[in-house]
Amino acid sequence: MTKTIYGMMAEFDTPGALVNAAREARAKGYRKLDAYSPFPIEELSEALHLHKSRLPLIVLIGGILGGLTGYLMQYYVTVLYFPINVAGRPLHSWPAYIIITFEMTILFAALSAVFGLLALCGLPMPYHPVFNVPRFALASRNRFFLCIEATDPLFDRKATSDFLGTLEPREVSEVAH
Amino acid sequence: MAEICSPLRLPLIAGRKKPAAVTEDVCRALTRPPSGLWWAAFAAAFALLLLGTAAVSYQIATGVGTWGLNTTVGWAFDITNFVFWVGIGHAGTLISAILFLFRQRWRTSVNRSAEAMTLFAVMCAGIFPVIHTGRPWLAYWLFPYPNFRGSLWINFRSPLAWDCFAISTYFLISATFWYVGLIPDLATVRDRLASTEGGSLRHRLFSIFSLGWNGSYRVWRHYEVLYLLLAGLATPLVISVHTIVSWDFATAVIPGWHATIFPPYFVAGAIFSGIAMVLTLMLVARKAMGLEDYITTRHVDVMCKLLLLTSGIVALAYGTEFFTAFYSGNPYEEFVFLNRAKGPFAWAYWTMVSCNVLVPQLLWFRRVRRSMGVVFVLSLLINVGMWFERFVIIVTSLHRDFLPSSWASYRPTIVEVSTLAGSFGLFFTCFLIFCRILPVIAMGEVKAVLSHGQGNGGEA
Repeated sequence: MTKTIYGMMAEFDTPGALVNAAREARAKGYRKLDAYSPFPIEELSEALHLHKSRLPLIVLIGGILGGLTGYLMQYYVTVLYFPINVAGRPLHSWPAYIIITFEMTILFAALSAVFGLLALCGLPMPYHPVFNVPRFALASRNRFFLCIEATDPLFDRKATSDFLGTLEPREVSEVAH
Repeated sequence: MAEICSPLRLPLIAGRKKPAAVTEDVCRALTRPPSGLWWAAFAAAFALLLLGTAAVSYQIATGVGTWGLNTTVGWAFDITNFVFWVGIGHAGTLISAILFLFRQRWRTSVNRSAEAMTLFAVMCAGIFPVIHTGRPWLAYWLFPYPNFRGSLWINFRSPLAWDCFAISTYFLISATFWYVGLIPDLATVRDRLASTEGGSLRHRLFSIFSLGWNGSYRVWRHYEVLYLLLAGLATPLVISVHTIVSWDFATAVIPGWHATIFPPYFVAGAIFSGIAMVLTLMLVARKAMGLEDYITTRHVDVMCKLLLLTSGIVALAYGTEFFTAFYSGNPYEEFVFLNRAKGPFAWAYWTMVSCNVLVPQLLWFRRVRRSMGVVFVLSLLINVGMWFERFVIIVTSLHRDFLPSSWASYRPTIVEVSTLAGSFGLFFTCFLIFCRILPVIAMGEVKAVLSHGQGNGGEA
């Protein structure tokens, strides 16, 4: 029965109210929660018990790959593919390779950070049910929203709506799918 | 919101703004028709851009012989402009990345436009080495790729190849950093346009480029990590970029170039000139767009202090160069520095010293730092001084080297001067268009610091 809607959403005026609401919803046992705000609020990650982001690992791997690409490209070209003997100087002149290796490390790390973000967040996202709530357009401006999703085992259209009503929201609305 | 409230903490944003007011103040400029001042500035910038385009077209069609270069002075205006513009860009990265790592929260008001400035400055910089190659349609030869030119590759041991990697990486990273910072604000503009002109082309473009951002915590938590990581990556990058630019000179044996002091000297100079350019742009933007509450005298004041610091580093570098030349006992080295101060380009040298060392000393006075008109003039003078610094380094070192028989002079042609003017035209044209189509202030970040020092943290 709960499959027909995405969830119930409450609108708040201040970040403080949103953090309190998120804490109370967690305490009440809700787990499928999401908060929406125009700017990041430090306390919310802790209130929502979000896992640590995996992005740093992606960036580390990207950086290592970039460094290897940069170094091996230079090694391959100057030592294997097109060696030039300049007065008997060593072909594998690694100190001269460091700069390009460094630049490629940064380039790959930064690009993997950006593409990693898009992948982890599922962006670009052409459709999301929360936009069906007309007032949600304010979430990017000056309002703070808490959504309890219908997939939560405790979710019940009436009970959840009543619970959100007790948190002193500005408005509680249903999020259509 | 456990914000500490103390009378010692002054608000970062004046006028006790609420988040809704921030959205309105910043977005108003996007939908309001441009002012007369904007059109006048745009017309001037665009005219310069056209002049530069004509000069570059003529130079490409005819050859590098249209410039005043000769076999002794093989680098002059082109490389001066290149180093100047790359340096300008560095202040944007300083403000967006380095000050972010140092938790300088005042940066939120200026970082968006400073990053845009970086992007446009690096675009201007990139033009000069490419046209200096003489055959710019072959500029892609700078990149390493398997080819059929007798399987010849670029020289990975050359600072010029390093430069190519550094500048292209820098441009790409600056562009992504800027775009990533824009996404939440693009979403704000999208949602605001939806109510007034939903379905219009502008609304659709903002919808596409905001990638369906909804401000969810599942996104914000990754986003904040991303921003920190990008700042951490951009900080060593910006230092490496100007270090490598300085190696274009320092790895040569020319007296006056062959110095280990070059990397820190160039990085400090770059940040010095960049902050001066940020101030020039900010002081115009805050007046023209009515952003006095966001870019307050306090912002100008702290940037002036950064100018004073970097000016001190640059002055120390000038002094060290002279001392090293004297202490080395190397007659060529000594000659180059005496020639700088007393030779045919002494006027350029003393312009540089006056603008970069003497004039900034006025910034010790609080009254000067808080007087917008004076700061504006100072920032222009510093820009002039820093342009001359690169000119002095390049031309005075080259024009009289080891053998008097190869000495020569240098005089720019009208083509070179027009190309320089054209690069300013490109820079300001881009910046003025940016002011009209994108939010110039990072709204999301400013909203997060609104409560700073106002003791109204809970009521946002």
